[in-house]
Amino acid sequence: MKIRVYVSLKEGVLDPQGKAIGHALNSLGFQGLGEVRVNRVVDLDVPADDSSAAIAKGEAMARALLANEVIEDYSVEVVA
Amino acid sequence: MKAGIVVFPGTNRERDMAHALKLITGHAPRMIWHHETSLGDLDLVVLPGGFSFGDYLRSGAMAAHSPIMAEIRRFAEKGGHILGVCNGFQVLTESHLLPGALLRNAGLRFLSQDCHLKVENATTPYTRGWKSGDVFRAPLAHGDGNYTASPETLQRLEGEGRVAFRYSTASGHVSHDDRHANPNGSALSIAGILSENGRVCGLMPHPENLVDPEIGATDGVPLFKGLVEALVA
Repeated sequence: MKIRVYVSLKEGVLDPQGKAIGHALNSLGFQGLGEVRVNRVVDLDVPADDSSAAIAKGEAMARALLANEVIEDYSVEVVA
Repeated sequence: MKAGIVVFPGTNRERDMAHALKLITGHAPRMIWHHETSLGDLDLVVLPGGFSFGDYLRSGAMAAHSPIMAEIRRFAEKGGHILGVCNGFQVLTESHLLPGALLRNAGLRFLSQDCHLKVENATTPYTRGWKSGDVFRAPLAHGDGNYTASPETLQRLEGEGRVAFRYSTASGHVSHDDRHANPNGSALSIAGILSENGRVCGLMPHPENLVDPEIGATDGVPLFKGLVEALVA
Protein backbone atom coordinates (compact mmCIF):
# COMPACT_ATOMS: atom_id res chain seq x y z
CA MET A 1 0.00 0.00 0.00
CA LYS A 2 1.37 3.42 -0.93
CA ILE A 3 1.68 5.98 1.79
CA ARG A 4 3.09 9.47 1.96
CA VAL A 5 4.95 10.78 5.01
CA TYR A 6 5.12 14.56 5.34
CA VAL A 7 7.91 15.91 7.51
CA SER A 8 7.94 19.61 8.40
CA LEU A 9 9.92 21.79 10.77
CA LYS A 10 7.97 22.45 13.95
CA GLU A 11 6.33 25.82 14.32
CA GLY A 12 8.80 28.19 15.91
CA VAL A 13 11.85 26.42 14.45
CA LEU A 14 13.53 28.82 12.06
CA ASP A 15 13.70 27.64 8.44
CA PRO A 16 16.62 29.50 6.82
CA GLN A 17 16.00 27.73 3.51
CA GLY A 18 12.38 28.84 3.44
CA LYS A 19 13.44 32.35 4.30
CA ALA A 20 15.94 32.46 1.42
CA ILE A 21 13.31 31.14 -0.99
CA GLY A 22 10.89 33.81 0.23
CA HIS A 23 13.49 36.50 -0.47
CA ALA A 24 14.17 35.09 -3.93
CA LEU A 25 10.46 34.95 -4.80
CA ASN A 26 10.07 38.50 -3.59
CA SER A 27 12.88 39.66 -5.88
CA LEU A 28 11.13 37.86 -8.76
CA GLY A 29 8.12 40.07 -8.20
CA PHE A 30 6.00 37.83 -5.98
CA GLN A 31 5.32 40.39 -3.30
CA GLY A 32 3.38 40.27 -0.08
CA LEU A 33 4.46 36.72 0.76
CA GLY A 34 4.06 35.58 4.33
CA GLU A 35 6.23 32.87 5.81
CA VAL A 36 7.75 30.29 3.41
CA ARG A 37 8.51 26.83 4.79
CA VAL A 38 10.29 23.97 3.04
CA ASN A 39 9.03 20.50 3.95
CA ARG A 40 9.99 16.96 3.02
CA VAL A 41 7.76 14.29 1.47
CA VAL A 42 8.69 10.61 1.58
CA ASP A 43 6.65 8.18 -0.52
CA LEU A 44 6.74 4.57 0.61
CA ASP A 45 5.20 1.34 -0.57
CA VAL A 46 4.53 -0.63 2.61
CA PRO A 47 3.22 -4.14 3.10
CA ALA A 48 -0.14 -3.64 4.84
CA ASP A 49 -3.65 -5.07 4.49
CA ASP A 50 -5.57 -1.92 5.27
CA SER A 51 -5.16 1.83 5.55
CA SER A 52 -4.94 2.01 9.31
CA ALA A 53 -2.16 -0.61 9.42
CA ALA A 54 -0.31 1.24 6.66
CA ILE A 55 -0.62 4.56 8.50
CA ALA A 56 0.52 2.99 11.76
CA LYS A 57 3.61 1.66 9.96
CA GLY A 58 4.29 5.07 8.44
CA GLU A 59 4.01 6.73 11.84
CA ALA A 60 6.38 4.19 13.38
CA MET A 61 8.91 4.82 10.61
CA ALA A 62 8.57 8.57 11.04
CA ARG A 63 9.29 8.28 14.75
CA ALA A 64 12.21 5.87 14.20
CA LEU A 65 14.00 7.69 11.40
CA LEU A 66 12.12 9.87 8.93
CA ALA A 67 11.48 12.75 11.33
CA ASN A 68 13.57 14.17 14.15
CA GLU A 69 10.89 14.98 16.69
CA VAL A 70 13.15 17.51 18.40
CA ILE A 71 12.69 19.85 15.44
CA GLU A 72 10.15 18.24 13.13
CA ASP A 73 6.47 17.21 12.97
CA TYR A 74 5.15 14.51 10.71
CA SER A 75 1.89 13.30 9.26
CA VAL A 76 1.04 10.20 7.22
CA GLU A 77 -1.61 9.62 4.57
CA VAL A 78 -2.53 6.75 2.28
CA VAL A 79 -1.90 7.60 -1.38
CA ALA A 80 -3.27 4.50 -3.12
CA MET B 1 44.41 6.70 27.62
CA LYS B 2 42.77 4.03 25.50
CA ALA B 3 40.73 5.79 22.82
CA GLY B 4 38.67 4.47 19.94
CA ILE B 5 37.49 6.37 16.88
CA VAL B 6 34.28 5.25 15.17
CA VAL B 7 34.37 5.34 11.39
CA PHE B 8 31.16 5.48 9.33
CA PRO B 9 30.97 5.45 5.53
CA GLY B 10 31.66 9.09 4.67
CA THR B 11 33.59 9.92 7.83
CA ASN B 12 36.65 11.91 6.77
CA ARG B 13 38.19 13.47 9.87
CA GLU B 14 39.18 10.28 11.63
CA ARG B 15 42.86 10.60 10.72
CA ASP B 16 43.10 14.16 12.02
CA MET B 17 41.55 12.95 15.27
CA ALA B 18 43.90 9.95 15.41
CA HIS B 19 46.90 12.22 14.82
CA ALA B 20 45.85 14.54 17.66
CA LEU B 21 45.23 11.64 20.06
CA LYS B 22 48.53 9.96 19.22
CA LEU B 23 50.46 13.23 19.47
CA ILE B 24 49.06 14.21 22.86
CA THR B 25 48.31 10.92 24.59
CA GLY B 26 51.22 8.97 23.10
CA HIS B 27 48.91 6.10 22.16
CA ALA B 28 47.39 5.43 18.76
CA PRO B 29 43.60 5.10 19.02
CA ARG B 30 41.74 2.05 17.79
CA MET B 31 39.75 2.60 14.60
CA ILE B 32 36.29 1.07 14.90
CA TRP B 33 34.26 0.38 11.77
CA HIS B 34 30.56 1.15 12.24
CA HIS B 35 29.60 -2.47 11.55
CA GLU B 36 31.49 -3.68 14.59
CA THR B 37 29.41 -4.57 17.62
CA SER B 38 31.99 -4.33 20.38
CA LEU B 39 34.07 -1.40 21.58
CA GLY B 40 36.48 -3.39 23.71
CA ASP B 41 38.09 -1.81 26.74
CA LEU B 42 38.17 1.94 26.11
CA ASP B 43 38.45 5.12 28.20
CA LEU B 44 37.16 7.35 25.43
CA VAL B 45 35.07 6.87 22.30
CA VAL B 46 35.31 9.57 19.63
CA LEU B 47 32.79 10.17 16.86
CA PRO B 48 34.76 12.25 14.36
CA GLY B 49 33.75 14.65 11.62
CA GLY B 50 32.78 14.02 8.03
CA PHE B 51 29.62 13.25 6.13
CA SER B 52 28.39 9.90 7.39
CA PHE B 53 26.13 8.22 4.84
CA GLY B 54 26.32 11.36 2.69
CA ASP B 55 24.31 13.21 5.35
CA TYR B 56 21.20 11.80 3.65
CA LEU B 57 17.85 12.63 5.27
CA ARG B 58 19.48 14.68 8.07
CA SER B 59 23.15 14.98 9.08
CA GLY B 60 23.93 12.05 11.37
CA ALA B 61 20.47 10.46 11.05
CA MET B 62 21.64 7.25 9.35
CA ALA B 63 24.80 6.85 11.41
CA ALA B 64 22.69 7.03 14.57
CA HIS B 65 21.26 3.62 13.60
CA SER B 66 24.54 1.91 12.70
CA PRO B 67 25.25 -1.39 14.49
CA ILE B 68 28.03 0.10 16.67
CA MET B 69 25.63 2.70 18.09
CA ALA B 70 23.85 0.15 20.30
CA GLU B 71 27.18 -0.58 21.95
CA ILE B 72 27.94 3.14 22.24
CA ARG B 73 24.58 3.62 23.95
CA ARG B 74 25.52 0.90 26.47
CA PHE B 75 28.95 2.51 26.91
CA ALA B 76 27.22 5.83 27.71
CA GLU B 77 24.83 4.15 30.15
CA LYS B 78 27.80 2.66 32.00
CA GLY B 79 29.23 6.17 32.37
CA GLY B 80 31.68 6.01 29.47
CA HIS B 81 33.22 9.15 27.99
CA ILE B 82 32.18 10.01 24.43
CA LEU B 83 33.37 12.97 22.37
CA GLY B 84 31.52 13.91 19.18
CA VAL B 85 33.04 16.50 16.87
CA CYS B 86 31.13 18.07 13.97
CA ASN B 87 29.31 15.17 12.27
CA GLY B 88 29.97 13.24 15.50
CA PHE B 89 28.00 15.90 17.42
CA GLN B 90 25.17 15.55 14.90
CA VAL B 91 25.21 11.76 15.38
CA LEU B 92 25.03 12.22 19.17
CA THR B 93 21.97 14.49 18.93
CA GLU B 94 20.30 12.17 16.40
CA SER B 95 20.97 9.30 18.84
CA HIS B 96 19.49 11.34 21.70
CA LEU B 97 22.73 10.93 23.65
CA LEU B 98 22.76 14.73 23.66
CA PRO B 99 19.70 17.01 23.55
CA GLY B 100 18.73 19.39 20.76
CA ALA B 101 19.51 19.32 17.05
CA LEU B 102 21.80 20.94 14.49
CA LEU B 103 19.95 22.87 11.79
CA ARG B 104 21.19 24.38 8.55
CA ASN B 105 23.57 27.29 9.19
CA ALA B 106 21.62 30.54 9.54
CA GLY B 107 23.38 31.99 6.48
CA LEU B 108 22.61 28.80 4.50
CA ARG B 109 26.22 28.49 3.35
CA PHE B 110 28.67 25.77 4.23
CA LEU B 111 31.22 27.47 6.47
CA SER B 112 34.91 26.60 6.38
CA GLN B 113 36.80 29.06 8.55
CA ASP B 114 38.35 29.61 11.94
CA CYS B 115 36.15 30.55 14.86
CA HIS B 116 36.76 31.39 18.50
CA LEU B 117 35.35 29.40 21.36
CA LYS B 118 34.80 30.60 24.88
CA VAL B 119 35.09 27.99 27.61
CA GLU B 120 31.96 28.23 29.74
CA ASN B 121 32.45 25.48 32.29
CA ALA B 122 36.02 24.39 33.01
CA THR B 123 35.16 21.70 35.54
CA THR B 124 34.48 18.90 33.02
CA PRO B 125 36.87 16.26 31.61
CA TYR B 126 36.65 18.03 28.26
CA THR B 127 37.31 21.56 29.48
CA ARG B 128 39.56 21.18 32.54
CA GLY B 129 42.62 22.07 30.45
CA TRP B 130 41.29 25.64 30.28
CA LYS B 131 39.94 28.16 32.77
CA SER B 132 36.33 29.32 32.57
CA GLY B 133 36.24 32.34 30.26
CA ASP B 134 39.31 31.28 28.26
CA VAL B 135 39.04 31.85 24.52
CA PHE B 136 40.74 29.66 21.94
CA ARG B 137 40.80 29.37 18.18
CA ALA B 138 39.34 26.36 16.37
CA PRO B 139 38.70 25.60 12.70
CA LEU B 140 35.12 24.83 11.73
CA ALA B 141 33.74 23.23 8.56
CA HIS B 142 30.05 22.45 8.41
CA GLY B 143 26.75 23.16 6.72
CA ASP B 144 24.48 22.11 9.59
CA GLY B 145 25.90 23.59 12.77
CA ASN B 146 23.09 25.83 13.90
CA TYR B 147 22.31 24.43 17.34
CA THR B 148 18.71 24.49 18.43
CA ALA B 149 16.69 23.05 21.30
CA SER B 150 13.40 23.78 23.03
CA PRO B 151 13.40 26.80 25.37
CA GLU B 152 13.11 24.38 28.33
CA THR B 153 16.13 22.38 27.16
CA LEU B 154 18.20 25.52 26.62
CA GLN B 155 17.29 26.71 30.09
CA ARG B 156 18.32 23.35 31.58
CA LEU B 157 21.63 23.32 29.69
CA GLU B 158 22.40 26.81 31.00
CA GLY B 159 21.23 26.13 34.54
CA GLU B 160 23.12 22.86 34.86
CA GLY B 161 26.40 24.20 33.47
CA ARG B 162 26.14 21.95 30.44
CA VAL B 163 27.17 24.55 27.87
CA ALA B 164 30.83 23.63 27.39
CA PHE B 165 31.79 26.04 24.62
CA ARG B 166 30.22 29.14 23.13
CA TYR B 167 31.09 30.94 19.88
CA SER B 168 32.67 34.30 20.55
CA THR B 169 34.95 36.94 19.04
CA ALA B 170 38.71 36.64 19.53
CA SER B 171 38.39 38.88 22.58
CA GLY B 172 35.68 36.68 24.09
CA HIS B 173 32.66 38.82 23.26
CA VAL B 174 29.52 36.71 22.80
CA SER B 175 26.83 38.13 20.53
CA HIS B 176 24.14 35.73 19.36
CA ASP B 177 22.92 37.78 16.39
CA ASP B 178 26.35 38.80 15.09
CA ARG B 179 27.60 36.37 12.40
CA HIS B 180 31.23 37.29 13.20
CA ALA B 181 30.82 36.15 16.78
CA ASN B 182 28.29 33.37 16.16
CA PRO B 183 28.97 32.20 12.58
CA ASN B 184 26.19 29.61 12.16
CA GLY B 185 23.47 31.32 14.19
CA SER B 186 23.37 28.77 17.03
CA ALA B 187 20.89 29.35 19.84
CA LEU B 188 22.64 31.22 22.68
CA SER B 189 25.85 30.92 20.59
CA ILE B 190 26.17 27.32 21.76
CA ALA B 191 29.09 25.50 20.10
CA GLY B 192 29.40 22.52 22.43
CA ILE B 193 27.31 20.85 25.12
CA LEU B 194 27.52 18.09 27.72
CA SER B 195 25.27 15.25 28.76
CA GLU B 196 23.61 15.24 32.17
CA ASN B 197 26.51 13.30 33.72
CA GLY B 198 29.07 15.51 31.95
CA ARG B 199 30.68 12.54 30.22
CA VAL B 200 29.29 12.90 26.72
CA CYS B 201 30.42 16.03 24.90
CA GLY B 202 29.54 17.25 21.42
CA LEU B 203 30.87 20.31 19.61
CA MET B 204 30.83 21.49 16.01
CA PRO B 205 34.34 23.03 15.61
CA HIS B 206 37.52 20.96 15.29
CA PRO B 207 40.01 21.44 18.15
CA GLU B 208 41.85 18.35 16.82
CA ASN B 209 42.94 20.35 13.79
CA LEU B 210 44.95 22.81 15.86
CA VAL B 211 47.22 20.69 18.03
CA ASP B 212 50.44 20.38 16.07
CA PRO B 213 53.00 23.23 16.14
CA GLU B 214 53.70 22.34 12.49
CA ILE B 215 50.23 23.63 11.64
CA GLY B 216 50.92 26.95 13.32
CA ALA B 217 49.04 26.83 16.61
CA THR B 218 48.17 24.49 19.44
CA ASP B 219 44.90 25.98 20.69
CA GLY B 220 43.17 22.59 20.76
CA VAL B 221 45.74 20.82 22.94
CA PRO B 222 44.05 21.50 26.32
CA LEU B 223 41.03 19.42 25.27
CA PHE B 224 43.17 16.31 24.89
CA LYS B 225 45.55 17.03 27.79
CA GLY B 226 42.57 17.54 30.06
CA LEU B 227 41.03 14.25 28.94
CA VAL B 228 44.25 12.38 29.67
CA GLU B 229 44.38 13.92 33.16
CA ALA B 230 40.74 13.12 33.82
CA LEU B 231 40.62 9.61 32.40
CA VAL B 232 44.01 8.14 33.23
CA ALA B 233 44.35 9.36 36.84
